[in-house]
Amino acid sequence: MKFVDEYRHGDLVKPLAERLRNTTITRPVRVMEVCGTHTMSIFRSGVRTIMPAGMEIVSGPGCPVCVTSASHMDAFIEMAGKKDVRVAIYGDLFRVPGTHGSLAQASAKGATVDIVYSAMDALERARQHPNELVVFLGVGFETTTPGIAATIMAAARENIDNFCVFSTQKVIPGPLDALMQDPELSIDGLICPGHVSAIIGAKAYQPFVDSYGLACVVAGFEPADLLKALLLLSEQINEGTPRVDNIYPRVVSWEGNQRAIAMMDEVFEPVDMQWRGLGVIPASGLGIRDTYRQFDAQKRLSITLPEAHEPKGCLCGKVLKGITTPPHCPLFGTRCTPATPVGPCMVSSEGTCAAYHKYGQSESI
Amino acid sequence: MCLAVPMRVEEIKGDPEDFTQDQIARVDMDGVSTTVRLDVVDRWPEVGDYVIVHAGFAIHSLDEAEAKKNIELIRELASHMPPELLMADGS
Ligand code: SF4
Repeated sequence: MKFVDEYRHGDLVKPLAERLRNTTITRPVRVMEVCGTHTMSIFRSGVRTIMPAGMEIVSGPGCPVCVTSASHMDAFIEMAGKKDVRVAIYGDLFRVPGTHGSLAQASAKGATVDIVYSAMDALERARQHPNELVVFLGVGFETTTPGIAATIMAAARENIDNFCVFSTQKVIPGPLDALMQDPELSIDGLICPGHVSAIIGAKAYQPFVDSYGLACVVAGFEPADLLKALLLLSEQINEGTPRVDNIYPRVVSWEGNQRAIAMMDEVFEPVDMQWRGLGVIPASGLGIRDTYRQFDAQKRLSITLPEAHEPKGCLCGKVLKGITTPPHCPLFGTRCTPATPVGPCMVSSEGTCAAYHKYGQSESI
Repeated sequence: MCLAVPMRVEEIKGDPEDFTQDQIARVDMDGVSTTVRLDVVDRWPEVGDYVIVHAGFAIHSLDEAEAKKNIELIRELASHMPPELLMADGS
Protein backbone atom coordinates (compact mmCIF):
# COMPACT_ATOMS: atom_id res chain seq x y z
CA MET A 1 0.00 0.00 0.00
CA LYS A 2 2.72 2.40 0.98
CA PHE A 3 4.20 2.74 -2.45
CA VAL A 4 0.88 3.76 -3.92
CA ASP A 5 0.62 6.70 -1.57
CA GLU A 6 3.88 8.01 -2.88
CA TYR A 7 2.31 8.69 -6.26
CA ARG A 8 -0.11 11.05 -4.57
CA HIS A 9 2.58 12.69 -2.52
CA GLY A 10 2.73 16.44 -2.88
CA ASP A 11 6.51 16.47 -3.42
CA LEU A 12 6.01 14.40 -6.51
CA VAL A 13 2.98 16.19 -7.83
CA LYS A 14 3.85 19.83 -7.18
CA PRO A 15 6.77 20.18 -9.61
CA LEU A 16 4.76 18.48 -12.31
CA ALA A 17 1.78 20.75 -11.69
CA GLU A 18 4.07 23.77 -11.77
CA ARG A 19 5.49 22.71 -15.11
CA LEU A 20 2.08 22.09 -16.59
CA ARG A 21 0.87 25.48 -15.44
CA ASN A 22 3.86 27.10 -17.13
CA THR A 23 3.57 25.18 -20.34
CA THR A 24 2.80 27.19 -23.45
CA ILE A 25 0.92 25.59 -26.26
CA THR A 26 1.74 26.86 -29.74
CA ARG A 27 -1.77 26.38 -31.11
CA PRO A 28 -5.15 25.41 -29.69
CA VAL A 29 -5.13 21.69 -29.05
CA ARG A 30 -7.62 19.15 -27.92
CA VAL A 31 -6.72 15.99 -26.06
CA MET A 32 -9.06 13.16 -25.28
CA GLU A 33 -9.20 10.47 -22.64
CA VAL A 34 -11.22 7.31 -23.18
CA CYS A 35 -11.41 5.78 -19.74
CA GLY A 36 -14.08 6.40 -17.11
CA THR A 37 -11.51 6.19 -14.34
CA HIS A 38 -9.39 8.85 -16.04
CA THR A 39 -12.50 11.04 -16.32
CA MET A 40 -13.09 10.85 -12.58
CA SER A 41 -9.44 11.17 -11.64
CA ILE A 42 -8.92 14.26 -13.81
CA PHE A 43 -11.84 15.98 -12.08
CA ARG A 44 -10.95 14.79 -8.60
CA SER A 45 -7.30 15.83 -8.80
CA GLY A 46 -8.10 19.31 -10.07
CA VAL A 47 -5.91 18.83 -13.13
CA ARG A 48 -8.53 20.68 -15.19
CA THR A 49 -7.93 23.89 -13.31
CA ILE A 50 -4.25 24.09 -14.26
CA MET A 51 -4.50 23.19 -17.92
CA PRO A 52 -2.32 25.41 -20.09
CA ALA A 53 -4.24 28.06 -22.05
CA GLY A 54 -5.30 26.67 -25.40
CA MET A 55 -5.41 23.07 -24.26
CA GLU A 56 -8.78 21.44 -23.96
CA ILE A 57 -9.39 18.02 -22.49
CA VAL A 58 -12.45 16.05 -23.53
CA SER A 59 -13.86 12.71 -22.47
CA GLY A 60 -14.47 10.17 -25.20
CA PRO A 61 -16.37 6.90 -25.28
CA GLY A 62 -14.58 5.34 -22.32
CA CYS A 63 -17.42 4.50 -19.99
CA PRO A 64 -18.74 1.04 -20.92
CA VAL A 65 -22.24 1.55 -19.54
CA CYS A 66 -22.56 4.90 -21.33
CA VAL A 67 -21.63 3.54 -24.75
CA THR A 68 -24.09 0.64 -24.51
CA SER A 69 -26.74 1.38 -27.13
CA ALA A 70 -30.37 1.99 -26.25
CA SER A 71 -31.39 -1.07 -28.26
CA HIS A 72 -29.01 -3.29 -26.30
CA MET A 73 -30.52 -1.89 -23.10
CA ASP A 74 -34.00 -2.70 -24.39
CA ALA A 75 -32.92 -6.24 -25.31
CA PHE A 76 -31.40 -6.71 -21.83
CA ILE A 77 -34.60 -5.57 -20.16
CA GLU A 78 -36.77 -7.74 -22.37
CA MET A 79 -34.61 -10.76 -21.64
CA ALA A 80 -34.70 -10.17 -17.88
CA GLY A 81 -38.49 -10.50 -18.06
CA LYS A 82 -38.39 -13.98 -19.60
CA LYS A 83 -39.52 -16.95 -17.54
CA ASP A 84 -36.76 -18.89 -15.77
CA VAL A 85 -34.12 -16.37 -16.77
CA ARG A 86 -31.84 -14.86 -14.14
CA VAL A 87 -29.84 -11.92 -15.38
CA ALA A 88 -26.46 -11.17 -13.80
CA ILE A 89 -24.98 -7.71 -14.25
CA TYR A 90 -22.33 -5.29 -13.03
CA GLY A 91 -24.07 -2.84 -10.69
CA ASP A 92 -23.62 0.21 -12.90
CA LEU A 93 -26.11 -1.13 -15.43
CA PHE A 94 -28.99 -1.47 -13.00
CA ARG A 95 -30.51 1.99 -13.34
CA VAL A 96 -29.67 2.76 -16.97
CA PRO A 97 -32.91 3.68 -18.73
CA GLY A 98 -34.04 1.84 -21.84
CA THR A 99 -36.98 2.94 -23.96
CA HIS A 100 -39.43 1.58 -21.39
CA GLY A 101 -37.89 1.54 -17.94
CA SER A 102 -34.65 0.10 -16.59
CA LEU A 103 -33.45 -3.24 -15.24
CA ALA A 104 -34.16 -1.80 -11.78
CA GLN A 105 -37.79 -1.29 -12.73
CA ALA A 106 -37.97 -4.72 -14.37
CA SER A 107 -36.62 -6.21 -11.18
CA ALA A 108 -39.26 -4.39 -9.11
CA LYS A 109 -41.86 -5.96 -11.40
CA GLY A 110 -40.56 -9.46 -10.73
CA ALA A 111 -37.65 -10.03 -13.12
CA THR A 112 -34.66 -11.70 -11.48
CA VAL A 113 -31.64 -9.42 -11.67
CA ASP A 114 -28.50 -10.25 -9.70
CA ILE A 115 -25.72 -7.73 -9.27
CA VAL A 116 -22.35 -9.47 -9.41
CA TYR A 117 -18.77 -8.31 -9.13
CA SER A 118 -17.29 -10.60 -11.77
CA ALA A 119 -18.34 -13.01 -14.51
CA MET A 120 -17.15 -15.90 -12.32
CA ASP A 121 -19.72 -14.85 -9.72
CA ALA A 122 -22.40 -15.14 -12.41
CA LEU A 123 -21.22 -18.67 -13.15
CA GLU A 124 -21.49 -19.43 -9.45
CA ARG A 125 -25.14 -18.27 -9.56
CA ALA A 126 -25.70 -20.80 -12.37
CA ARG A 127 -24.31 -23.56 -10.14
CA GLN A 128 -26.62 -22.42 -7.33
CA HIS A 129 -29.73 -22.18 -9.53
CA PRO A 130 -29.66 -25.20 -11.85
CA ASN A 131 -33.28 -24.71 -12.90
CA GLU A 132 -32.78 -21.20 -14.20
CA LEU A 133 -30.81 -19.91 -17.16
CA VAL A 134 -28.26 -17.41 -15.85
CA VAL A 135 -27.42 -14.77 -18.46
CA PHE A 136 -24.42 -12.57 -17.77
CA LEU A 137 -24.57 -9.22 -19.54
CA GLY A 138 -21.13 -8.52 -20.93
CA VAL A 139 -20.75 -4.74 -20.95
CA GLY A 140 -17.15 -3.68 -21.05
CA PHE A 141 -13.86 -3.26 -22.86
CA GLU A 142 -10.70 -5.34 -23.21
CA THR A 143 -10.21 -5.19 -19.44
CA THR A 144 -13.20 -7.41 -18.71
CA THR A 145 -13.27 -9.55 -21.87
CA PRO A 146 -10.44 -11.94 -20.86
CA GLY A 147 -12.16 -12.72 -17.54
CA ILE A 148 -15.43 -13.40 -19.34
CA ALA A 149 -13.56 -15.67 -21.77
CA ALA A 150 -12.03 -17.54 -18.83
CA THR A 151 -15.49 -17.89 -17.31
CA ILE A 152 -17.00 -19.30 -20.52
CA MET A 153 -14.10 -21.75 -20.78
CA ALA A 154 -14.69 -22.82 -17.17
CA ALA A 155 -18.41 -23.32 -17.91
CA ALA A 156 -17.51 -25.43 -20.96
CA ARG A 157 -15.07 -27.53 -18.94
CA GLU A 158 -17.57 -28.17 -16.19
CA ASN A 159 -20.45 -28.66 -18.63
CA ILE A 160 -22.54 -26.02 -16.95
CA ASP A 161 -25.49 -25.88 -19.28
CA ASN A 162 -27.59 -23.15 -17.66
CA PHE A 163 -25.12 -20.33 -18.18
CA CYS A 164 -24.62 -17.98 -21.08
CA VAL A 165 -23.34 -14.50 -21.90
CA PHE A 166 -24.99 -11.67 -23.81
CA SER A 167 -21.87 -10.05 -25.19
CA THR A 168 -21.76 -6.38 -26.04
CA GLN A 169 -18.04 -6.38 -25.27
CA LYS A 170 -16.23 -3.68 -27.19
CA VAL A 171 -12.70 -2.83 -28.24
CA ILE A 172 -11.14 0.63 -27.89
CA PRO A 173 -9.19 1.01 -31.15
CA GLY A 174 -12.36 0.72 -33.30
CA PRO A 175 -14.15 3.85 -32.05
CA LEU A 176 -10.86 5.76 -31.89
CA ASP A 177 -10.46 5.25 -35.58
CA ALA A 178 -14.03 6.44 -36.17
CA LEU A 179 -13.45 9.52 -34.01
CA MET A 180 -10.19 10.37 -35.76
CA GLN A 181 -12.03 10.44 -39.06
CA ASP A 182 -14.82 12.65 -37.75
CA PRO A 183 -14.38 16.14 -39.19
CA GLU A 184 -16.45 17.70 -36.39
CA LEU A 185 -13.87 16.63 -33.88
CA SER A 186 -10.19 17.30 -34.19
CA ILE A 187 -8.17 15.44 -31.65
CA ASP A 188 -4.45 16.12 -31.32
CA GLY A 189 -3.58 13.89 -28.42
CA LEU A 190 -4.82 10.87 -26.53
CA ILE A 191 -4.40 9.80 -22.93
CA CYS A 192 -4.54 6.05 -23.55
CA PRO A 193 -6.58 4.04 -21.04
CA GLY A 194 -4.43 2.40 -18.36
CA HIS A 195 -5.96 -1.01 -17.88
CA VAL A 196 -7.24 -1.52 -21.42
CA SER A 197 -3.65 -0.93 -22.47
CA ALA A 198 -2.42 -3.48 -19.91
CA ILE A 199 -4.27 -6.04 -22.01
CA ILE A 200 -3.79 -4.81 -25.60
CA GLY A 201 -0.34 -3.28 -25.10
CA ALA A 202 0.98 0.20 -25.85
CA LYS A 203 1.66 -0.89 -29.42
CA ALA A 204 -2.09 -0.76 -30.15
CA TYR A 205 -1.81 3.04 -30.52
CA GLN A 206 1.10 3.08 -32.97
CA PRO A 207 -1.26 2.90 -36.00
CA PHE A 208 -2.90 6.15 -34.81
CA VAL A 209 0.49 7.83 -34.65
CA ASP A 210 1.32 6.59 -38.13
CA SER A 211 -2.02 7.34 -39.81
CA TYR A 212 -3.20 10.46 -38.03
CA GLY A 213 -0.16 11.93 -36.29
CA LEU A 214 -1.93 11.46 -32.98
CA ALA A 215 0.16 12.13 -29.88
CA CYS A 216 -0.33 9.22 -27.45
CA VAL A 217 0.60 8.71 -23.82
CA VAL A 218 -0.35 5.57 -21.90
CA ALA A 219 -1.01 6.67 -18.32
CA GLY A 220 -2.11 5.41 -14.93
CA PHE A 221 -4.71 7.05 -12.73
CA GLU A 222 -2.73 8.98 -10.14
CA PRO A 223 -2.42 12.77 -10.33
CA ALA A 224 1.29 12.42 -11.09
CA ASP A 225 0.47 10.09 -13.98
CA LEU A 226 -2.07 12.49 -15.45
CA LEU A 227 0.10 15.57 -15.08
CA LYS A 228 2.97 13.81 -16.75
CA ALA A 229 0.72 12.57 -19.52
CA LEU A 230 -0.42 16.13 -20.26
CA LEU A 231 3.16 17.42 -20.16
CA LEU A 232 4.32 14.79 -22.61
CA LEU A 233 1.36 15.37 -24.89
CA SER A 234 2.17 19.11 -24.95
CA GLU A 235 5.75 18.28 -25.77
CA GLN A 236 4.86 15.88 -28.57
CA ILE A 237 2.36 18.34 -30.05
CA ASN A 238 4.59 21.41 -29.73
CA GLU A 239 7.56 19.67 -31.28
CA GLY A 240 5.52 17.91 -33.92
CA THR A 241 6.86 14.53 -32.85
CA PRO A 242 3.84 12.33 -32.21
CA ARG A 243 4.65 8.93 -30.74
CA VAL A 244 3.46 6.46 -28.14
CA ASP A 245 4.94 7.27 -24.73
CA ASN A 246 4.27 4.73 -22.01
CA ILE A 247 4.47 6.26 -18.54
CA TYR A 248 2.61 3.37 -16.93
CA PRO A 249 5.25 0.66 -17.46
CA ARG A 250 4.58 -0.67 -13.97
CA VAL A 251 1.41 -2.15 -15.47
CA VAL A 252 1.52 -1.74 -19.27
CA SER A 253 3.99 -3.38 -21.66
CA TRP A 254 4.45 -2.71 -25.37
CA GLU A 255 3.08 -6.11 -26.34
CA GLY A 256 0.30 -6.38 -23.77
CA ASN A 257 -0.88 -9.33 -21.72
CA GLN A 258 -0.35 -12.32 -24.01
CA ARG A 259 -2.09 -14.77 -21.74
CA ALA A 260 -5.23 -12.64 -21.64
CA ILE A 261 -5.12 -11.99 -25.40
CA ALA A 262 -4.86 -15.72 -26.13
CA MET A 263 -7.85 -16.41 -23.93
CA MET A 264 -9.91 -13.66 -25.58
CA ASP A 265 -9.04 -15.02 -29.03
CA GLU A 266 -10.03 -18.51 -28.01
CA VAL A 267 -13.59 -17.51 -27.12
CA PHE A 268 -14.33 -14.24 -28.95
CA GLU A 269 -14.18 -12.96 -32.51
CA PRO A 270 -14.55 -9.43 -33.91
CA VAL A 271 -18.09 -8.40 -34.85
CA ASP A 272 -19.71 -5.15 -35.93
CA MET A 273 -21.06 -3.41 -32.86
CA GLN A 274 -23.56 -0.69 -32.15
CA TRP A 275 -22.38 2.14 -29.87
CA ARG A 276 -24.45 4.82 -28.28
CA GLY A 277 -23.71 8.07 -30.07
CA LEU A 278 -21.35 6.50 -32.57
CA GLY A 279 -23.63 4.09 -34.45
CA VAL A 280 -22.43 0.77 -35.80
CA ILE A 281 -18.65 0.53 -36.06
CA PRO A 282 -17.19 -2.39 -38.05
CA ALA A 283 -15.27 -4.99 -36.03
CA SER A 284 -15.50 -2.87 -32.88
CA GLY A 285 -17.24 -5.52 -30.81
CA LEU A 286 -16.54 -9.05 -29.67
CA GLY A 287 -18.99 -11.88 -30.27
CA ILE A 288 -18.75 -15.44 -29.01
CA ARG A 289 -17.21 -17.88 -31.49
CA ASP A 290 -19.25 -20.74 -32.88
CA THR A 291 -17.22 -23.29 -30.89
CA TYR A 292 -18.78 -21.80 -27.75
CA ARG A 293 -22.21 -21.05 -29.24
CA GLN A 294 -24.11 -22.74 -26.42
CA PHE A 295 -22.85 -19.92 -24.19
CA ASP A 296 -24.02 -17.20 -26.54
CA ALA A 297 -27.25 -15.77 -25.14
CA GLN A 298 -28.16 -14.05 -28.40
CA LYS A 299 -28.07 -17.35 -30.31
CA ARG A 300 -29.53 -19.41 -27.53
CA LEU A 301 -32.50 -17.13 -26.91
CA SER A 302 -32.76 -15.94 -30.54
CA ILE A 303 -32.51 -12.29 -29.57
CA THR A 304 -32.85 -9.64 -32.24
CA LEU A 305 -32.06 -6.08 -31.35
CA PRO A 306 -35.17 -3.89 -31.20
CA GLU A 307 -35.34 -0.40 -32.71
CA ALA A 308 -34.74 2.01 -29.88
CA HIS A 309 -34.61 5.70 -29.28
CA GLU A 310 -32.32 7.80 -27.15
CA PRO A 311 -33.96 9.28 -24.06
CA LYS A 312 -35.73 12.47 -25.17
CA GLY A 313 -33.54 15.55 -25.02
CA CYS A 314 -30.45 13.65 -23.86
CA LEU A 315 -27.19 14.66 -25.51
CA CYS A 316 -25.17 11.64 -24.31
CA GLY A 317 -24.36 10.67 -27.88
CA LYS A 318 -22.60 13.98 -28.45
CA VAL A 319 -21.02 14.00 -25.01
CA LEU A 320 -19.51 10.57 -25.72
CA LYS A 321 -17.90 11.86 -28.89
CA GLY A 322 -16.45 14.85 -27.07
CA ILE A 323 -18.42 17.20 -29.33
CA THR A 324 -20.31 18.81 -26.50
CA THR A 325 -19.93 18.98 -22.72
CA PRO A 326 -22.69 18.16 -20.20
CA PRO A 327 -23.40 21.77 -19.10
CA HIS A 328 -24.58 22.40 -22.66
CA CYS A 329 -27.37 19.86 -22.20
CA PRO A 330 -30.59 21.69 -21.23
CA LEU A 331 -31.52 18.83 -18.91
CA PHE A 332 -28.20 18.83 -17.04
CA GLY A 333 -28.65 19.50 -13.34
CA THR A 334 -32.34 20.27 -13.76
CA ARG A 335 -34.32 17.29 -14.98
CA CYS A 336 -31.23 15.12 -15.15
CA THR A 337 -29.31 14.54 -11.91
CA PRO A 338 -27.64 11.47 -10.40
CA ALA A 339 -30.83 10.86 -8.37
CA THR A 340 -33.08 11.21 -11.44
CA PRO A 341 -30.84 10.34 -14.38
CA VAL A 342 -32.22 10.75 -17.90
CA GLY A 343 -29.28 9.29 -19.80
CA PRO A 344 -26.53 6.74 -19.11
CA CYS A 345 -23.79 9.38 -18.82
CA MET A 346 -25.50 10.54 -15.64
CA VAL A 347 -26.29 7.04 -14.29
CA SER A 348 -22.84 5.60 -14.43
CA SER A 349 -20.58 6.61 -11.57
CA GLU A 350 -17.87 7.27 -14.15
CA GLY A 351 -20.04 8.91 -16.80
CA THR A 352 -19.00 12.36 -17.97
CA CYS A 353 -22.30 13.98 -16.90
CA ALA A 354 -22.00 12.42 -13.44
CA ALA A 355 -18.43 13.72 -13.18
CA TYR A 356 -19.43 17.27 -14.13
CA HIS A 357 -22.32 17.11 -11.70
CA LYS A 358 -20.31 15.76 -8.81
CA TYR A 359 -17.40 18.13 -9.18
CA GLY A 360 -19.51 21.18 -9.94
CA GLN A 361 -17.85 22.08 -13.18
CA SER A 362 -20.38 24.36 -14.79
CA GLU A 363 -18.12 25.72 -17.52
CA SER A 364 -16.26 23.77 -20.12
CA ILE A 365 -12.58 24.52 -20.15
CA MET B 1 -14.06 1.32 -12.79
CA CYS B 2 -10.35 0.65 -12.78
CA LEU B 3 -8.83 -0.09 -9.42
CA ALA B 4 -5.26 1.09 -9.63
CA VAL B 5 -4.25 -0.08 -6.17
CA PRO B 6 -2.18 -3.25 -6.32
CA MET B 7 -3.07 -6.01 -3.89
CA ARG B 8 -0.49 -8.14 -2.13
CA VAL B 9 -0.64 -11.88 -2.85
CA GLU B 10 -0.90 -13.90 0.38
CA GLU B 11 -1.69 -17.38 -0.92
CA ILE B 12 -1.99 -19.12 -4.28
CA LYS B 13 -4.16 -22.02 -5.36
CA GLY B 14 -3.77 -23.79 -8.68
CA ASP B 15 -1.19 -24.18 -11.38
CA PRO B 16 -0.50 -21.79 -14.29
CA GLU B 17 -0.61 -24.62 -16.84
CA ASP B 18 -3.57 -26.50 -15.44
CA PHE B 19 -6.85 -24.89 -16.44
CA THR B 20 -8.93 -27.80 -15.14
CA GLN B 21 -8.41 -26.53 -11.60
CA ASP B 22 -9.29 -23.20 -10.11
CA GLN B 23 -6.56 -20.56 -10.38
CA ILE B 24 -7.09 -18.34 -7.39
CA ALA B 25 -5.07 -16.07 -5.14
CA ARG B 26 -5.94 -14.76 -1.74
CA VAL B 27 -4.90 -11.12 -1.67
CA ASP B 28 -4.71 -8.41 0.91
CA MET B 29 -5.75 -4.84 0.43
CA ASP B 30 -5.47 -2.54 3.40
CA GLY B 31 -5.85 -5.44 5.80
CA VAL B 32 -8.94 -6.77 4.03
CA SER B 33 -8.54 -10.22 2.59
CA THR B 34 -10.28 -11.22 -0.61
CA THR B 35 -9.86 -13.74 -3.42
CA VAL B 36 -9.12 -12.98 -7.06
CA ARG B 37 -8.88 -15.19 -10.15
CA LEU B 38 -5.50 -15.76 -11.77
CA ASP B 39 -6.81 -17.13 -15.09
CA VAL B 40 -5.73 -14.14 -17.17
CA VAL B 41 -2.82 -12.67 -15.20
CA ASP B 42 0.15 -11.88 -17.49
CA ARG B 43 2.76 -13.42 -15.22
CA TRP B 44 1.99 -16.03 -12.59
CA PRO B 45 2.73 -14.31 -9.27
CA GLU B 46 4.47 -15.56 -6.18
CA VAL B 47 3.42 -14.97 -2.62
CA GLY B 48 4.60 -11.45 -1.72
CA ASP B 49 4.11 -10.08 -5.25
CA TYR B 50 1.42 -7.55 -6.07
CA VAL B 51 -1.41 -7.86 -8.56
CA ILE B 52 -3.56 -5.31 -10.35
CA VAL B 53 -7.15 -6.54 -10.27
CA HIS B 54 -10.02 -5.76 -12.63
CA ALA B 55 -13.56 -7.07 -11.97
CA GLY B 56 -12.33 -9.97 -9.87
CA PHE B 57 -9.49 -11.00 -12.19
CA ALA B 58 -5.81 -10.22 -11.70
CA ILE B 59 -4.62 -8.72 -15.00
CA HIS B 60 -1.02 -7.90 -14.12
CA SER B 61 1.49 -8.93 -11.50
CA LEU B 62 4.48 -6.98 -10.28
CA ASP B 63 7.02 -7.50 -7.55
CA GLU B 64 7.67 -4.89 -4.93
CA ALA B 65 11.05 -3.99 -6.40
CA GLU B 66 9.48 -3.28 -9.79
CA ALA B 67 6.93 -1.03 -8.17
CA LYS B 68 9.59 0.89 -6.25
CA LYS B 69 11.74 1.32 -9.35
CA ASN B 70 8.86 3.05 -11.05
CA ILE B 71 8.42 5.49 -8.23
CA GLU B 72 12.05 6.46 -8.55
CA LEU B 73 11.53 7.03 -12.25
CA ILE B 74 8.62 9.37 -11.73
CA ARG B 75 10.47 11.24 -9.02
CA GLU B 76 13.42 11.71 -11.32
CA LEU B 77 11.29 12.97 -14.17
CA ALA B 78 9.56 15.39 -11.86
CA SER B 79 12.79 17.01 -10.77
CA HIS B 80 14.84 16.86 -13.96
CA MET B 81 12.44 17.56 -16.76
CA PRO B 82 13.97 20.58 -18.51
CA PRO B 83 11.41 23.36 -18.72
CA GLU B 84 12.69 24.56 -22.09
CA LEU B 85 11.62 21.23 -23.50
CA LEU B 86 8.08 22.11 -22.76
CA MET B 87 8.15 25.78 -23.64
CA ALA B 88 7.40 26.81 -27.15
CA ASP B 89 8.98 30.08 -28.23
CA GLY B 90 6.90 33.06 -29.27
CA SER B 91 3.45 32.66 -27.77
S1 SF4 C 1 -27.12 15.64 -18.57
FE1 SF4 C 1 -28.47 13.83 -18.61
S2 SF4 C 1 -29.79 14.18 -20.35
FE2 SF4 C 1 -28.07 15.57 -20.60
S3 SF4 C 1 -26.57 14.43 -21.84
FE3 SF4 C 1 -26.07 14.01 -19.72
S4 SF4 C 1 -27.18 12.13 -19.23
FE4 SF4 C 1 -28.09 12.94 -21.11
